[in-house]
Amino acid sequence: MPRSAAAGSYTTTAVALHWLVALGVFGAFSLGLYMHELPLSPTKLKLYSYHKWAGVTIFLLALIRLAWRATHPAPPLPDHMPRWQRMAANATHHLLYVLIVAIPLTGWLMSSAKGFQTVWFGVLPLPDLLDKNKDLGDTLALVHKTLNLSMAALVSAHVGAALKHHLVDRDDVLARMLPFVNNKKVAQ
Amino acid sequence: MIRTTAVALASLIFAGATASGTASAAEVGPVQIDQSRVAFVSKQMGVPIDGEFRKFSAQLSFDPAKPEAGRARIDIDMASIDAGSAEANEEVVGKNWFNARQFPTAGFVSTGVRPLGGGKFEVAGTLTIRDKTREVLAPFTMTAQAASVQFDGSFVINRADFGIGQGVWADFDTVANEVQINFKLVAAAKK
Ligand code: HEM
Ligand code: HEM
Repeated sequence: MPRSAAAGSYTTTAVALHWLVALGVFGAFSLGLYMHELPLSPTKLKLYSYHKWAGVTIFLLALIRLAWRATHPAPPLPDHMPRWQRMAANATHHLLYVLIVAIPLTGWLMSSAKGFQTVWFGVLPLPDLLDKNKDLGDTLALVHKTLNLSMAALVSAHVGAALKHHLVDRDDVLARMLPFVNNKKVAQ
Repeated sequence: MIRTTAVALASLIFAGATASGTASAAEVGPVQIDQSRVAFVSKQMGVPIDGEFRKFSAQLSFDPAKPEAGRARIDIDMASIDAGSAEANEEVVGKNWFNARQFPTAGFVSTGVRPLGGGKFEVAGTLTIRDKTREVLAPFTMTAQAASVQFDGSFVINRADFGIGQGVWADFDTVANEVQINFKLVAAAKK
């Protein structure tokens, strides 16, 4: 039986996209924090470019993910969850979707405003959506950082909730988002 | 008499060639620095980055009727560089790049100008940056406006020829060797 919401599961594509984006976000996030602290050097310039290339890739994956989600509903949450938990889960998921689009977007806009165009993998130049403007560039850098810190907090809560489902509630919420797991067996 | 006529004719032809209508500058007056620009485009990781020098002085003498007699001299204050960001500005005045403390100015001195036709010319000259002097050729155009004359040109230098970007910056995978220099010099039209 293929994985689908009706079958109480995420589609394989939804699972793959979730983990690709999660992996990308962890990578880009750590790289962002690290590169920012480096003194100017060729390495720093390289890492900035890699960060931007990775970020734009995540942006595209996030858009695909949203399109997929819009056409493939998520499986319903387990019945035992109280109302506040459902609301919290929904709100967190919505915010995470917003952030995986807004963070790369602010990175792109920041780069334009700082006068450093983004050339994806050194090959495909993205249009500069803003003119060079130092103050705006600094503001967008702050926005980029703040959104990132907010996402870090949300992801921590998200991971905590997933673990709680698995370890405390012992439901299939984590399993149905894991690749290579046959949920029917796990869910019994 | 014959000379004056020739100059007048040449100016007329030139005015037609650049389609600027009012061109009549037989020779140019002082350079209007506030409207002029000495800029450059470097490439970092394949991304073009705009920069410029905010302080420089320039002397020109040019008569499109006798381009061969044209002369130009430009002196650039290296500490006035804007390489695109505060972090870059701090870096490039340092030892590995322009070493602005030891070499505070860079300069271009022309050695000759020749017409290329169609309102285009080419200036040859020596460019000195740091302690290195190299011959360069720069094609340029001249456009006459009502009260001024504008010269626009550009040429490409290899930064390694001048020892710009040493040490960790010496290889070209992050900052390319080729740097494009763009200049725009505006001079008062001399009637
Ligand atoms: C999901 C994707 C992304 C994540 C998770 C992410 C994360 C981060 C983080 C954590 C920082 C460090 C902030 C700080 O310490 O100030 C950072 C900085 C930065 N990011 Fe991103 N980023 C992403 C996408 C992008 C994109 C697409 C671009 C540009 C095209 C970009 C450009 C930058 C730049 C230029 C900085 C340095 C800001 C500065 O030097 O002040 N980022 N990013
Ligand atoms: C940057 C990292 C992450 C982002 C942006 C993210 C985002 C999301 C979003 C938006 C959803 C909702 C999917 C939907 O219903 O359409 C989701 C679901 C889920 N995520 Fe994440 N996630 C991240 C990391 C993680 C991690 C590290 C775990 C591991 C514990 C995890 C476990 C889950 C689980 C179990 C679900 C399914 C919830 C359910 O069945 O309703 N996520 N994630």
